[in-house]
Amino acid sequence: MEMVNLKINGMPISVPQGTTILEAARQVGIEIPTLCYLREINEIGACRICTVEVKGMRNLVAACVYPVAEGMEVLTNSKRVFAARKMNLELILSTHERKCLSCVRSGNCELQKLCKDFRVYDETIYDGENEPRDYDDSAAHLVRDNGKCVLCRRCVAACAQWQHVSVIGPNGRGFKTHIGVSFDQNLADVACVSCGQCIVVCPTCALSEKDNTKDVWRALNDPTKHVIVQTAPSIRATLGEAFGMHIGTNVEGKMVAALRRLGFDGVYDTDFAADMTIVEEAHELMERIQNGGKLPLITSCSPGWVKFCEHYYPDFIENLSSCKSPQQMFGALAKTWYAEKMGIDPKDIFVVGVMPCTAKKFETKRDYESASGYPDVDVAITTRELARMIDRAGMYLPKLPDEEFDAPLGTSTGAGVIFGATGGVMEAALRTAAEWITGESTDAVPDFKEVRGTAGIKEATYKVGGLEVKVAVASGLSNAKILLDFIRSGEKSYHFVEIMGCPGGCINGGGQPVQPAAVRNFIDLKARRAAALYANDEQKTLRKSHENPVVKQVYAEYLGEFGSHKAHEILHTKYVKREQF
Amino acid sequence: MANTISSVPFAGTKEQEKELLEVVKKHKGQQGALMPIMQEAQGIYGYLPIEVQKIIARELEVSLEEVYGVATFYSQFSLNPKGQYKISVCLGTACYVKGSGDVYDKLQETLKIKGGECTPDGKFSLEACRCIGACGLAPVLTVNDDVYGRLIVDDVPGILAKYMD
Repeated sequence: MEMVNLKINGMPISVPQGTTILEAARQVGIEIPTLCYLREINEIGACRICTVEVKGMRNLVAACVYPVAEGMEVLTNSKRVFAARKMNLELILSTHERKCLSCVRSGNCELQKLCKDFRVYDETIYDGENEPRDYDDSAAHLVRDNGKCVLCRRCVAACAQWQHVSVIGPNGRGFKTHIGVSFDQNLADVACVSCGQCIVVCPTCALSEKDNTKDVWRALNDPTKHVIVQTAPSIRATLGEAFGMHIGTNVEGKMVAALRRLGFDGVYDTDFAADMTIVEEAHELMERIQNGGKLPLITSCSPGWVKFCEHYYPDFIENLSSCKSPQQMFGALAKTWYAEKMGIDPKDIFVVGVMPCTAKKFETKRDYESASGYPDVDVAITTRELARMIDRAGMYLPKLPDEEFDAPLGTSTGAGVIFGATGGVMEAALRTAAEWITGESTDAVPDFKEVRGTAGIKEATYKVGGLEVKVAVASGLSNAKILLDFIRSGEKSYHFVEIMGCPGGCINGGGQPVQPAAVRNFIDLKARRAAALYANDEQKTLRKSHENPVVKQVYAEYLGEFGSHKAHEILHTKYVKREQF
Repeated sequence: MANTISSVPFAGTKEQEKELLEVVKKHKGQQGALMPIMQEAQGIYGYLPIEVQKIIARELEVSLEEVYGVATFYSQFSLNPKGQYKISVCLGTACYVKGSGDVYDKLQETLKIKGGECTPDGKFSLEACRCIGACGLAPVLTVNDDVYGRLIVDDVPGILAKYMD
């Protein structure tokens, strides 16, 4: 590899040809500030915040896209550079709706941090006429406030490149340029899958989850309601980040303590319902294999993926498992089995889901998701919304004691925990299916390491009894597309496929704490967060879903057999074909 | 923001669609195929309504937003058809200082459309243009080939009435 020698702020460095100034500077410990730059997917040099001075060149250059050259002398912190960055920020602010005091991104806004760093004390200096900006809250899961948009196009890149959805893009030209959907329709009227990846890459608050915390507070203050909460597997691995804890810290106990102090009548674990999902889905898989049903069976836990399938790959709807997602199974059982057991009318039970996901908000409103006659789940909030509730209640998460989930809906196995990472559902299902197919149960937990890790597509073949079980795992919808195209063309065939809408699975979901691009670009969030879940699995005594005592109890007392008529009424759902355009 | 889907009902024919599919076939696979296809599509239909953009998106296997983004970037592409009577108001310097902006506003108000749009019945479309070389008559507007000059705002209802039957 040809090396190039240059100096950055006087420090000599040698880097491979083709390296950008931004990357080279990192190697000598200099962080050049950025705003529009998102590594690999949005390297467009649009915002001019990373602008640097190159000796001998008339104009400043954008470090994120400018390649190094032999003998180059770069200044990243000169007076001229600082003045240019400051003016660029002032110009961005001239069209920015500066409602920072109550903004949900205040304190976690990349634009705010830059303005502070570069001492932009007069944010009105270039104020002038502005175009009217769109505010779209039509969708169940997000709000677009274009008054806060800086036109960095990070959302556009996430939607197009990670998710292959491309329902948002730049419309118009010049001063009228705005991010929107085709024909400036409402987001609710186009084929958005609700994954929320656009939100987690937005540097400001142009995109945010639809805030449902007020609904939760209202229920908590209503004495006639029995308000219970469930937390998805991945929340324990990410919630700490919102309180400045290290990425990948498991805060399960503190999270439980916080929820109890918020006043929930029962603090439960979606992991329990994940175990339920596994036994129902493993049963569905075996039935399809034995009775010549539609294969591959494809998981349906990720509502972003399910909506993608309905819009873009409707020919695979029959492949989708009819099992509800763990969130919905939890709600369905809470308002049936649990309601009967506790002697509470299901209409008085209010189920809150704390989810890593914005599509879960959409999922609660789907048809065929109300087993008791009332919606299975009343409100889904994201990890970020829970963090805001904890903040508002005056609690500091790191200082809370560790507490345990309540019984009975808080009992789970390690198989339920790993649902939160790509490959986790597959591994959990294989642990159960392997024992069921062979009819032998062992204390050992077999290895299915091939389906672990953050690769976008993973394949494996496992010999189970006399059967070669072929499986595949995809996360991120661009990867799902690649895999589905292979299956559609007949080039690949599998028995069981796991698809998660977000790259890396739920631990990198659209409802997770926002990490600024400066972190996201250079730290593997997916791997660090997933490691917390796999470590948790290792510590558990029960690591197979079918060994969960409450799962056994629910079937013995209430549902009967796996896949029984009653199980179908309560735990299964239906899908619909949706328009692509 | 209100959506920009044309309120004029789409009247595309099977023949036009067949012609468009031929155009797509000719360009598909080429680098940058989208722009020439959109240009030729506008040649076939006169404008690029959502129905036409959907065909282009489907055939090129790109999203509708990608097509729309291009359509709204270039002012040559139109989302609205031209009306039976095409009204152009000169907003060139001479006309503008003589008050053509007010005439333009009055037309938007009376026809209940914005510049670049067409009335739902397909009768009138309105657009602004720059200097048609009749500065001596400023302010000037044209309706198809008819030229009206030395206008005041109150002339607008009378001019429109001529084409109302």
